[in-house]
Order: sequence, then structure tokens, then C-alpha cells
Amino acid sequence: MNRHIRFVSLVSALMVFALLGNLTYINLAREDSLEASPYNTRARQADFDVHRGQILAGDTVIADSVPSTDQSSFTYQRVYANGPLYAPITGFFSYIYGTSRIENSYNRDLAGSSSSQWLQHLIDVASGRTPQGASVVTTINPTLQQAAWNALQGYDGAIVAMDPHTGAVLALVTSPSYDPNLLASHDLGAVQDSWAQLTTDPTDPMTDRGTRETYPPGSTFKLVVASAALEKGYTPDTMIDTPSSLQLPNSSSWLSNSTNCGDTQVTLARALQMSCNTAFANLGAALGQDAIRAQADKFGFDTTHLPELGGAASRFPTGLDDAQLMLSSIGQFNVAATPLQMGMVVSALVNGGQLAEPYLVDEVRAPDLQVLYTHDTHVTQVVSPATAQSMQDMMVAVVANGTGTAARIPGVTVGGKSGTAETDSDNPNYAWFVSYALNPDIVVSVFLQRDEKTPVDLWGGANAAPLAKEVILASR
Amino acid sequence: MAPETRAYRIRGAAQLVLILFGQSIGFIGYLLTGLFRDNAWPTMWPIIAICWYGLGIVIHIGVRVAIPYADPIMTPLVLTLTGLGLAELHRIDLTSDTSPMLYTQFFATLIGVAAFLAVIFLLKDPHRLKGYPFLLSALGFVLLLLPLIPGLGTSVYGSRIWINIAGFSFQPAEIAKIVLAASFAAYLADKREVLSSAGRRVLGVDLPRMRDLGPVMVMWGLSLAIMVFENDLGTSLLFFGLFVMMIYVATGKASWIILGLALFAAGGAAVIRFAGHVQRRIDFWLHPFDYPDDATQIIQAQFGLSHGGLLGSGWGLGRPDLIIFSYSDMISAALGEEIGIVGLMAVIVLYALLVFRGLKTSLLAMDPFIKLFAAGLSFAFLLQTFAIIGGVTRLLPLTGLTTPFLSQGGSSVIANWLLIAILMVMSHRARSPLTQLEVSASGVTELAEEHTQVFSTRELAQIGTGAIHPVQSITAHQVRLGPDGRPLDTVDDTPKETGADTPDWSGDEELTQAASVPGLGMTQPFTPFTGDHAQGEEITTHLDPASATGVEITRHLDTASATGEEVTTFLDTAPATGEDASAPRPTPPDTRTGADPADDDYFGRGTE
Repeated sequence: MNRHIRFVSLVSALMVFALLGNLTYINLAREDSLEASPYNTRARQADFDVHRGQILAGDTVIADSVPSTDQSSFTYQRVYANGPLYAPITGFFSYIYGTSRIENSYNRDLAGSSSSQWLQHLIDVASGRTPQGASVVTTINPTLQQAAWNALQGYDGAIVAMDPHTGAVLALVTSPSYDPNLLASHDLGAVQDSWAQLTTDPTDPMTDRGTRETYPPGSTFKLVVASAALEKGYTPDTMIDTPSSLQLPNSSSWLSNSTNCGDTQVTLARALQMSCNTAFANLGAALGQDAIRAQADKFGFDTTHLPELGGAASRFPTGLDDAQLMLSSIGQFNVAATPLQMGMVVSALVNGGQLAEPYLVDEVRAPDLQVLYTHDTHVTQVVSPATAQSMQDMMVAVVANGTGTAARIPGVTVGGKSGTAETDSDNPNYAWFVSYALNPDIVVSVFLQRDEKTPVDLWGGANAAPLAKEVILASR
Repeated sequence: MAPETRAYRIRGAAQLVLILFGQSIGFIGYLLTGLFRDNAWPTMWPIIAICWYGLGIVIHIGVRVAIPYADPIMTPLVLTLTGLGLAELHRIDLTSDTSPMLYTQFFATLIGVAAFLAVIFLLKDPHRLKGYPFLLSALGFVLLLLPLIPGLGTSVYGSRIWINIAGFSFQPAEIAKIVLAASFAAYLADKREVLSSAGRRVLGVDLPRMRDLGPVMVMWGLSLAIMVFENDLGTSLLFFGLFVMMIYVATGKASWIILGLALFAAGGAAVIRFAGHVQRRIDFWLHPFDYPDDATQIIQAQFGLSHGGLLGSGWGLGRPDLIIFSYSDMISAALGEEIGIVGLMAVIVLYALLVFRGLKTSLLAMDPFIKLFAAGLSFAFLLQTFAIIGGVTRLLPLTGLTTPFLSQGGSSVIANWLLIAILMVMSHRARSPLTQLEVSASGVTELAEEHTQVFSTRELAQIGTGAIHPVQSITAHQVRLGPDGRPLDTVDDTPKETGADTPDWSGDEELTQAASVPGLGMTQPFTPFTGDHAQGEEITTHLDPASATGVEITRHLDTASATGEEVTTFLDTAPATGEDASAPRPTPPDTRTGADPADDDYFGRGTE
């Protein structure tokens, strides 16, 4: 019997080790994910008690922590200087609902609990100072951000401006927006009311339309198809069949042009300038879906960007039949892109065919101004310099004498491409204008979405291009 | 091979020092809570200190007087856990609106200690519990199923394992685990030979005979009923696991474990599939974050442990207010958040030590009933701790069991003090040389299992000269000897009063005769072993029953090996030490020493 009792002891020991091992597992493997959980009020409580670092746009403070003056038990109050304007960048910092955007992705730096700050944290605690978090300096240019905000008033949509050479996001505006101060309040009852109101608002004010949502890019996608054609040996002067309307293969549907492109053939440059649908349908069919998808992926499709905001991946669909390929070649069917992604396409073309990965955070600075992190620009060649130059010339022609004349600025080199996407009569239509200007070089991607406020259809050239012009003017 | 003889001493001083040290851990926690939360010592601390350490000293004196040879580590372990629990409950008091739990829990501890003292002073012989196996089983089953009676049982957070009488809530499983451990031990001590019989052999495993499956199936059905109707996997696991483990210890057949696990897995799978509320518990366990509103206990416990980190937030600085039932089911999470993962691990190790001391008591005990009872109590204690701490830390689905000595709750505190009291009485009896001397003075030694007999070389020499004779053992019935060495009776099970100087037989039923008792009629002297074997060498002699006429060497009455049994004999020249020199009988009970602890069939004292 004693042998059996010893065996029971062994089993007992194994059970004890299972308990100990599981605790080790919680500590080693799960701590980070548990601490980051939006339900973790403990971690947030701790975050509420530290002097949280600032978020800056250049030198402008857009999120700050100030000593709390209310009756709550929290030491600091998070304040957003111009809440709705910067909401898609800062996100919110709420006791009940957790954090989002940079408040979430840079939480450890802002709270002073990142691994690079542990020594400072220890010294602060030991010397009785309140530990202070690091500051996060974004690439946002306050002037451009405000200009884009002003331009977008009256529309639902987004404007993304970026530096084509570095990938720095200079402006990121989404409309409608919301005030993160409402969620950072220490009046938790009011916070709950605000949350209920914001999350049930049919206009989705908490949605970042610039980086986290994808929409059919419409004719702006023709930039990708044209780039793929040039890379395949086409030239801007290559003639393409451009009937006034075209019956889609194995279908009763007809595709027609919305501008006057004639009924014979046009050059590739002219097709882009006038946004000829039938020309690009034929061009897409000739190139094949794999070539177009490969080019789109080089521009950044099928990859997420700006992970600090939780950016979405744009996509070019797979397994297309001929009709679907033709529709996809003009940015319809199931092609979906973020305004950021379409800005990246233009950026690469402006930057000599080199795509600079977009980024939003320039550096992270400790309270003693020691730099904890700086961004390194990462570029990849996505089209040849020759293709990039040809594409720039064609985009300039679009603005000079095509569908984008509303963006024309005397004395300034401005190029662009309009887009108007209509899925079906029940869905809203989308208006796009992706553009760039030189000296100083800037890329501006404008996306508008029709809703109840805009009773008529929106057009890329008519409605979106003037907004791009305003932002470009503000950059000068 | 022969280990040295170990005699146990009274470890009074060590016990007192350990008690005070263990008590201080919880008391320091109590002081730190006040210091960290209010920057001041708790105002009541001198009174609390007097009451708290006074309790420890009372327990020490009680143990010293009533059961001085009892394991000296058990009470310090229990008091350490109690102290930690009281300190954490006091800390939870500070941030909750409920009436102070510190005082009610301390009062419950006082009652528990009173019950503990009553048991160690009054229960001289746990063996007496063996007499009522069916009464105990019935009581245990009734206790287990009490919560299902409408109006009596109450459902707390999905688990229906509480009953409510006159405003007091009570977890009957707490008492049931003691009662059922006793009833299982009584039943199995009686039936182990039968249950060992092999049935069919399937896939290299000897399955038990079909007709022996009855009790297992009863326990299986009961445990599934608990799972379905009381919705508590932990309680279900506790009692089924206890039964399977005890039947394994009693019979030594691994097939019972395999059968038990298979039954439990099959039954559990069926229950999970067909009882939605059980499935829900499993979902809360596997994917708690999919149910943020329903699995808050599990989620908050995880957050607490991870946020507390390795070293914890510090006493009074955690957030037990965020954990529902932080004072009962979830107290290990509340405690773990404040004393850290390391601290919670230390608590688990304290439980483990307590369990292993209990299993050690089981190893030391002589009587199969006591062995089974001690092992059962220890394993039940472990299973309960495993189920609840495992549930809190998401190793298992969460159950509603209490965490022994930590959780708030009178029934739990009292029942666990009783459990410890019984274990310590058994420990005292197993370790006490007085017990041995009493027994040998009476001329009777308990050899619980008659596979093997152990002789010292001195005894072997005496056997050679015919001065003493090997054991006469008859398993089926008993031989009792009077002080003159004459058998009193051979068949009667009941103890008899044989004279004024006859020792108390204490109701022992399976008595066998010790080798050191001369004078039992042997017609033929035993062939002595000569001295050309090395000390401690193991000698195995096959005895043909025919050649040993008239002598019945102790034998295991296993029908499968009725002839040509193997009798293993150990040589040990080391005389027994540490026995009281003034003991009335000069011959120490060497029969108990010197066995190879690894030998599965030796049934004597192990070594420490």
C-alpha cells in the first residue's frame, strides 16, 4: 500500500506543479496581452495616476495631462486641445472604454512604463518624484491639418496629406469627428452617455475614414493600371481601343464612358487625362489580373499601414472573370482602398518610383528630452523612374486640361487623378481626388462620401479636387 | 539496503517557533495594509496581536499536551494560511461596504480551533470511525445532495453547493469530504482483497471484475449528478477523484485509475454536451474575454494577477473590489494580486507541504483503515485546493469551492480544522513510541498486511535457537494473545476483557502476532539464517508450504498465488534506537524497522 501512497504523492506533486506552472505562464506569457486588454481597468487606473506624456503635432501639444481639479480620485486629467481635429490621431483615453489610436499604441511610452524607461521610472519612484511618461511627437503639420479640416467642412470623408519623399503623414482629417475629451472625462456617468451617443450616431463619428476604412477607389485606381502598363512596355502614346460603350464579356451589362473619349482609339495619356472607362477596361483585360494585382501590391495593397492607428489593408480582388477584371481595372467591383493607400500610389510616382512607407510618429522623447525612438524612412522601388516620370506628366495633364482642372493653381506644378465610384443606386457614391504639388512637394488624397447632407451625387473632379487645392495652397 | 531506524521525538520547541513565525507572516500583512493604505499602524493592532498570538500559543499547548508526537509542521502551516486569509479579509473589509469579515472570520477560527482541541483531546483512536461504514456513506451522500433540496440549497453564481439554514449558509461538501473519506476508508479496508481480484485483461490492463464495479458506478453517478444539478465541476472532481484515488491505494491496481478517468471523461463530455449551463462554464473558462459581462470573475482575477506581477502590488494596494467574491471563491486572486505571483506560489507550496505531511502520516500508519483515511483526507484537501486555485487561475473551469483556511466562511474553517485535527491524531499515533510500546507490551503488534515479515539479525539468531518464532498470521481470522503469550481466542472478532491487567485492545480487528512473542506452539523450529550474509542484505527464500509443516509463515492469501509464496526477509543488525529505555519490555519492536521503503509489499514504518 505504501508504494501506492507514494504514487499518490507523485500525482499530488504534479498537480501542484501544474498550478505553479500555470501561474508562471500567466506571468511570463500573458502579462502583456492582459495588461493591454481594453477591459483591464487596473492597468488603466495605474495609467490614470501617472503624469502621462504629451502627444504633439510638431510643436503643438494636441494631448496633455494636467493635474485634476475635480472631485474624482484621479490625479491627472487628460486634455485634448483641439479634440475633434486630432481625434483620428490621438484617439481617446478613457477610464471605462480604454484607449485607442496613439493613446493605445504608444500607451507604454506615454505612461512611462515602456522597457526603455524602466530606469528613469525606478529613479523617479526612489526619489519621490511622480513618474512622468514620454512625449510622442507626430508628423502632423498643424497648419495643414487645420486647412484640411476647414476644407472638409460640409462633407463626410477624409483628407490625407503626406510627404512623398519620407512617407510622413502631414495631415489626417476625418469628418465627421468627435471630441475625445468627452470620453476622457472623470465624470464616468457623462462618459457613458457620450459613449452611447457616439457609438449609435448613424454618421459614425468615431470612424477614421482616412486609414481604417476601405472604399472603391474608382478611377483613381487607373493610376495603378496605367503604371502597370508602362512597366509592361506601354508608352503614354500607345493607342488603346476606346469604344463609347463596351459590352462586358459573358454579360448583358454595358460599360460606357462618362466623359467624351470618342468612339475609336485614344492614347494611354489621353485615356488617363479624360478617365476613359472603356480604354482602361480593355487595358486591364490586356494586362491581366495578375500583373495589375502585382503592381497594386507593390504600391502597398494587401498590407496594413500605419499600425499605430490600426490602419486597414487595401485589396485588389482575386479570381476575377473577364467582366470582373474589366470593372476592377476602373476601380470598381471589389477593389477597395483607403484614402491613405491612394495617396501612397501618388507618393511613389512623385518620389521617382520609390514608395516611402507612411509613418505618423517622428520620435518619442523622455521627460528629460532624451530621444527614445526616431523614425527611419523605409523606401522600396515600386515602378521605374521612367514610369514615375511619365505618370507625373500624365497627372499634370489631368489637372491642366482634363478631369482635375478644379485643382489648378497658377504657377504651381499640380498633378492628380479624379475618381467617382458608384456601386449601386442604394449605396452612397464616393468622390476621390488624389493629387500632388511640387516645391514644396506634397501629396494630398481627398475622399468624399455622399450622405443625407449631400442630396446630389458627388464628383471627384467637381467636389474633391477643390479641397485638394485648398490643402496644397495651405502648404505653400 | 536497510535504512536506519527512526524514532520520532517530541518537537515542541520547533513547533512553537514555527507557529509564531507563520503567524507573523499574516500579522505583518495586516500591519502593512494599514501602513500602505493610511500611512499609520492599524489602531487595534495590540489587541489583535494578543488575540492572534494567544490563539497560536493555545493551539501549541493543546497539541503538546494531547498529541505531543503529532507532526510539528501541520499547525504552523495551518496558522500561516489562516493568518494570510484573515489579513486579506481585513484588507477587503477596508474597501467594501459589507460588515467586517475580520471578526466573524476570527470567531469562526476560534470555533474551528475549539473543534480541533476537542478532537485531539477526545478522539484517542480514529480507528473507532471504522465501525460505521454504511452510516458514514449515507451521511456523506445526504450532505452532498442537500443543496438540491428546494428551499434549503442556494445557488451562488451558478454553483448550487450551498445550503441556507436560519440565515447561516453552509457548504455541506466541507464536512462531506471528511465523512466520505472515512466511509471509503472503512469500506475499502474491508474489501480491498476482493477488489484486487482481476477481471478480464484488455489491452494489457487488468480490468476489475464487473461485479465489483457497483460502488464505483454509484460514485460516478453521484459525481455526475453534482456536475449537472449543482453545476460545480470542482465538487464533482473532488469526490470522484477522492474515491478513485482511495480505491487505487487500497487495491494497488492502476486499472481503477484508468477506469475512473475514462468514466469521468466520458460522463463529463456527455454532461457538457447536453447540459447548457455546464457548457457555459467551460466557455467562460476557455474564452472568458468573449463574455466580458458574464465571466468577470475570471477576467478580473487574470487582470489582478498579471497587474500585480511577480512581486505584487503590496498589501492593501491591489483592487480586490473589482473581483466579485474576492473574499470567498476568488481570495487566491485577491491575495495573489497583492503578494504577487511569487507570494501565491508560496501559498500553494504551503498547501502542498500540508498535503505531503498528511500523506506522510498515511505512510507511517500501520492499519489499512488509518492509512486509507489519512491518504484520503490529504488527497481531498489537495483536490479541493487544486480545483479552486486552478479555477481562479484559469487552469480549470471555475468552481465554487472554498480555499481552505483562506476563504471567508465558517463551515469551511471549522471543517478544515476538524480535518487537520483528525490527521494530527493519526500522526501522533503513528509517530508515538508509546503507542508502539503499549502494543508490544500487550504482546500484540499490528502488521497491517501480512506479505512480509521483518527480522533483525538478533531476532534471526533467536529464531535459530527457538527463542522466538516467526509470526503466526492468519488473515481470515485473528489471534489474540494475553500477557502470558497464550492465545486468547482465535476466531472472535470482538475484544474481550480478559483481566484487570489486560491492555485495552482498542477495537483493533486485524491483529496479528508479533515475532517477538515467544511461546506460541510450534512443532518444528524454523530453519535459521546463518551469519554469512552481509548486513542488510536481502534474502529471499522460497518456502514450500509442505516443508514448513505446522508453521504458517505470514502469507498473503491471494488466490492467484496460493502456493509457493515468496517470503521476503530483511536482515538488519541495527538495533532499534530511540525507544524509551524505561519501557517495560526489553525487546524493542524491531519488526517495524529496516524495510526497504521501495519494497511495495513491506507495510511497516517508512523512514523520514
